[in-house]
Amino acid sequence: MTAAMASSFSGVEIGEVVLEVENLTVGFPTPNGVVKAVRGIDLTLRRGEVLGIVGESGSGKSVTATAIMGLLAPTAVVGGSIRLGGTELVGATDKRLSGLRGAKIAMVFQDPLSAFTPVYTIGDQIAETVLAHRKVSKQQATERAVELLKIVGIPDAERRVRAFPHELSGGMRQRAMIAMAIANDPDVILADEPTTALDVTIQAQIIEVLRTAQRETGAALIFVSHDLGVIAGFADRVAVMYAGRVVETATVDELFAQPRMPYSLGLIGAVPRLDQSVHEALVPIPGTPPSLLEYSGGCPFADRCPMVIPACRAAEPALRALPGDPDESHTAACIRSEEIVERSATPRDVFPTPEVTIAALDRVPRDEREVVLHVDGLVKTFPLTGGAVFKRRVGTVWAVDGVDLDIRAGETLGLVGESGSGKSTTLTEIMNLLPPEAGSIELLGKPFAELGSSRAARKSLRSDVSIVFQDPMASLDPRMPVAEVIAEPLRAAGRSTEQIDARVPELMSLVGLDPNRGGLFPHEFSGGQRQRISIARALAVEPRLIVLDEPVSALDVSIQAGVLNLLAELRARLGLSYLFVSHDLSVIRYIADRASVMYLGRTVETGSVEEIFEHPLHPYTQALLSAVPIPDPVKERSRERILVQGDPPSATTRQTGCRFRGRCQVFAMLDETRRTKCVEVVPLPEPHWRVGTDHTAACHWPVDVDPI
Amino acid sequence: MTFSSNTEITEAEPTLLPPLGNDRQLKRARGGRAGILIGRVFSNRGAAFGVVVLILLFAFAFIGPLISGWSYSELDYTALRKPPSALHWFGTNNIGQDVFTQTARGMQKSLLIGLLVALFSTAVAGFLGAAAGYFGGRADRIIMLVVDVLLVLPSFLIIAILSPRLKEYGWIVLVVLLAAFSWMVTARVIRSMTLSIKEREYVRAAQYMGIGSLAIISRHILPNVASFLIIDATIAVGGAVLGEASLSYFGFGVQAPDVSLGTLIAANQNAALTSPWLFYFSAAGLVLFALAANLLGDGLRDAFDPTSVAGKRMSRSARRRGRAAADSARTSTPAAAPEIGTAR
Amino acid sequence: MVRYLAKRLVYYAVLVFIATSLTYLLASLSFNPRLTYESRNPRPPASVIDTQLSQIGVNDHDPLIGRYLTWAGKTFTGDLGLTVTRKEIDNEFWVRLGISLRLLIIGSILGTVLGVLLGFWNALRQYRLSDRVSTILSFVLLSTPVFLSAVLLKIGATGLNQALGIQLINYTGEATAGFQGTLWEALGDRAVHLLLPTISIAIGSIAIYSRYQRATMLDVLGSDYIRTARAKGLSRTRATLKHGLRTALIPMTTLFAYGFLGIFLGATFTEKIFGWNGLGAWFIEGVQANDVNVVTAYSLFAAVVVLLAGFLADIANAALDPRVRAAR
Repeated sequence: MTAAMASSFSGVEIGEVVLEVENLTVGFPTPNGVVKAVRGIDLTLRRGEVLGIVGESGSGKSVTATAIMGLLAPTAVVGGSIRLGGTELVGATDKRLSGLRGAKIAMVFQDPLSAFTPVYTIGDQIAETVLAHRKVSKQQATERAVELLKIVGIPDAERRVRAFPHELSGGMRQRAMIAMAIANDPDVILADEPTTALDVTIQAQIIEVLRTAQRETGAALIFVSHDLGVIAGFADRVAVMYAGRVVETATVDELFAQPRMPYSLGLIGAVPRLDQSVHEALVPIPGTPPSLLEYSGGCPFADRCPMVIPACRAAEPALRALPGDPDESHTAACIRSEEIVERSATPRDVFPTPEVTIAALDRVPRDEREVVLHVDGLVKTFPLTGGAVFKRRVGTVWAVDGVDLDIRAGETLGLVGESGSGKSTTLTEIMNLLPPEAGSIELLGKPFAELGSSRAARKSLRSDVSIVFQDPMASLDPRMPVAEVIAEPLRAAGRSTEQIDARVPELMSLVGLDPNRGGLFPHEFSGGQRQRISIARALAVEPRLIVLDEPVSALDVSIQAGVLNLLAELRARLGLSYLFVSHDLSVIRYIADRASVMYLGRTVETGSVEEIFEHPLHPYTQALLSAVPIPDPVKERSRERILVQGDPPSATTRQTGCRFRGRCQVFAMLDETRRTKCVEVVPLPEPHWRVGTDHTAACHWPVDVDPI
Repeated sequence: MTFSSNTEITEAEPTLLPPLGNDRQLKRARGGRAGILIGRVFSNRGAAFGVVVLILLFAFAFIGPLISGWSYSELDYTALRKPPSALHWFGTNNIGQDVFTQTARGMQKSLLIGLLVALFSTAVAGFLGAAAGYFGGRADRIIMLVVDVLLVLPSFLIIAILSPRLKEYGWIVLVVLLAAFSWMVTARVIRSMTLSIKEREYVRAAQYMGIGSLAIISRHILPNVASFLIIDATIAVGGAVLGEASLSYFGFGVQAPDVSLGTLIAANQNAALTSPWLFYFSAAGLVLFALAANLLGDGLRDAFDPTSVAGKRMSRSARRRGRAAADSARTSTPAAAPEIGTAR
Repeated sequence: MVRYLAKRLVYYAVLVFIATSLTYLLASLSFNPRLTYESRNPRPPASVIDTQLSQIGVNDHDPLIGRYLTWAGKTFTGDLGLTVTRKEIDNEFWVRLGISLRLLIIGSILGTVLGVLLGFWNALRQYRLSDRVSTILSFVLLSTPVFLSAVLLKIGATGLNQALGIQLINYTGEATAGFQGTLWEALGDRAVHLLLPTISIAIGSIAIYSRYQRATMLDVLGSDYIRTARAKGLSRTRATLKHGLRTALIPMTTLFAYGFLGIFLGATFTEKIFGWNGLGAWFIEGVQANDVNVVTAYSLFAAVVVLLAGFLADIANAALDPRVRAAR
């Protein structure tokens, strides 16, 4: 067979079938009926192969993975067949399954903190996996644990083996989790969103570790993710899941080159891309997935599909290859696949995309525009306290230590940084309107230091800046009807009842919500709609600047596209300025005019988006850009990855010199004299060879590379 | 080139619920919320039992004396220590008092004390707990010191010490004392819930709008801990009744000639074997009342908890693992109250 | 860690001081020990009463602040003063403490251990018949005050004795007065006397702890790390025993501290009802005799017990949870 000779992209030879899933169904009984989370799935997995399962929340992808492990709740009703190397798993006894789990089939979970028992050491927990399946001594098991920790790249493994889970960083914990999964050389590894909880540079490291793990064991891997970019770079084959079914499956190249199902097309079109600078609107998929509770017949995507015809609703389409296909490797569940293929349809052909509004201010040169926000050398420290009863200061956390920002009228500044970089602290400092500890913040030319601590002085500035938060559930008071939520800033600003009553429906229409629904409570809206409510609230008092704190990272890509389009349009129509914080560089590239990169409390690079993404100067920016996966398998495989080492250092000691040098790929290659400068002198923002642009980076020895 | 059919594409995403057009529909929607909550309470057998028993006991305590034909202190010399009969439904005691009326009277006192104590202590706990959590710093330290001191002081002891002195003020003093010693644990829980709500983004948003602290506490924090306070108050009613009974048993609570369930039990404990009607009616009344309050509180907790599946044999672990599935079935908890703290 | 525990101790000492002082002041304001003397027959002359009261330190004619300072000074040196009847509180205290401990120790240990085990078992068998029955039973027990369950036990024992026609179960006092026999027979006699009080103490604790243990255990059972343990191939029982029980015990440690307070307060009833002259009974007698010093001594003792339990809970918490050890 050809399959036996092929090899996967990670270089592992693809061998015999190890896992076969046939017509898998999973139902969860609830008082309102059975939730059919998985509705008939077929999968075949060969040794050495990587199968990516991609889908949005509620598509059933995690349930599928958990069902294969046999770890669903006892109440779950599982049907169909799962065969692992010839052994039927559905209906097998717990004893039988326990013998296979951890030995033949292993799993890597999403949240590596909660997945480890907090009271036992990492080493004990890994050794336990070995002891559960092999007749070895405790001593030998611990030695094996150390060996495994070394394989997954944990430095100082002999010592770390005795560490408790909370003593390791998120990335280290996920490495340990992978070590545990490969402890007994399994045939199949299931990875359920293994990098979702991690920063992008750590994500890149973990994906490398998973590749190593797969090479070491030769196992087949199922990689479950919502992130098309990660899937594009890692999987050999992809299954797209929607509403509890696989709606399309193909090799990764074929799927991204020509999807045959409108949903897959929409997903690909909805993702902003790091490597595209076109300022076109994203493709939004209207609507939300159907409820799996009352689902009845017809194509589940029909209600959201622009290509829907009456036949779509008659019966649920089966997965099928097209006539003329060489084999059955590319199948899609759509009755109009032929037309899509025939016309080589792109996402934009299928989904109507809004026109991009050009703002009047966009034609005014930047230098001539009003400065909306200016931050210079901002510092914020927190006391590090010890003791539970008598708190005393034992140290200082340098959360922000030298941040510079500059936002002009009608402009979007993207603020980029990983967790712990001080992004949130910077926002809090701006929103508090209090005099900063050191440095200066000016809003519309008014320095905060001059406002003093008087409430009245600050009150006048409150209407000029507002904020939209990340979590669409936590940012709205669940006990308040949404009209009240939107009216709150108006009341705080002292508007009259008549003004408020007139303004609230206007705001709801502005963000694309039905004004008649103001009496409903936040939980009665979907995630994307809740985020629109947040935006309406932020717009209420007609601010000049809106601070957007990760406004789309909690949303599924199809919903995210709609919200991003709305934000872009509002900016153009209302002449707003945005401070847009995101860990997702692709989103920044799509929405922002300028970008500012932060590392460990400092601004390391600033410039226009084109400059920063096309000609990054700072090694950290280069590493960040390199770590972001691109949803294009061909491009993704050909990229050279710059992997930064380790985790960011703790902010409890104030670093001298360059803060990034400990992880810096450039620093590692410098000679001793040049290194000394990095160690001793704090680098200042300089344009280096990009003179003539307002692009600056705080690096002593920048190197010209193209990480995208 | 476009494939768009003639179905209209709206930018806004439709929800699963039909849009509600007018006020009447809105009210119905909210009525529906309450309705669903009540439904959840009643689908819990314990809670339903609690509600029914509480209603019956209230009826017994307040209507009973009116229909028994006796006053609680009235003596019937023709019936001394007689077992239940048509004339005296629960029998009579040594000096010919009607046990039915006496039990009802004692129950009345116990119910009043229980309700008032629960009301006061919950109000104090809610206010002080929220203030300590929200303001932090010195206010927090002082309130928490008071909480700790009161927790260290055995309440029973202080009330016993003070009650002889305060006899003249009657049972209302007992209410104040019991309330003063029963708010601390709740306040601690409210404080920790407030600490987490304070970090929620909607509270931060309100702060950034320039809304004052007291307004934030009353508009955002208290409504969001209300469900916990309701549950806690329900359970506190039972606790207060037991506390009152225990004090009265030793003579430190309700004083003669007034009667409460505690004094009745104390007075008649030695007659339990010879004249059981003297003892068991009041004892059963006490246990039933506390049990009903506890079961109702437990049922309310389930009803308010959006993740609980009322009336279904579904383990919590099952719920957790099934959460991915529940995501897709967004209608499964359509109007469940937003999350309440998991403290306790 | 040691520093942390030392700080906790200091804080606890402050709490004990405040609580005891408050009790002293409240008792001094509320009690009228003069009555005890004035009601004696023959009534002693006023000057004699004054001298006697002043010697004990409870003369309401002396300024309160002076009395308080004297009391506080003596208490710091370990002298708890005299009872109204002029007995040394220090001596009496230890005697009574011994009685209380003999009464409480078996019941409370039994109650805690059985409660935890029952809660664990019920969590594993959630919504099965055994769980439902235990749930209902514990709700009934939680709704029965200690004094009532003690009285009911007594009534039950009396009924049983009457039915059998022999004194099978003795429940008054620590031992039969003037009991003659070998050491073993004496121990047996004591054991019989302990039976009812121990049951009365244990059932309350079982009811409370089983509820809480069941709840924390259910939380743990739904946790990701139990799933991880199962994913490595541990059976359900092994995963819950090894990874679940220990973690589920961590939040319980705080509860044990508060539970101890409940047991001690409940002991007042148990002692009075079963005729044990322990500390609780002493306290009730103290209130009835308007005895400020006895009542304050009891409150000092109660505060120390609670805080000692709290301190032990802190240590247990740190011993069970490495995160706590690291944070402190």
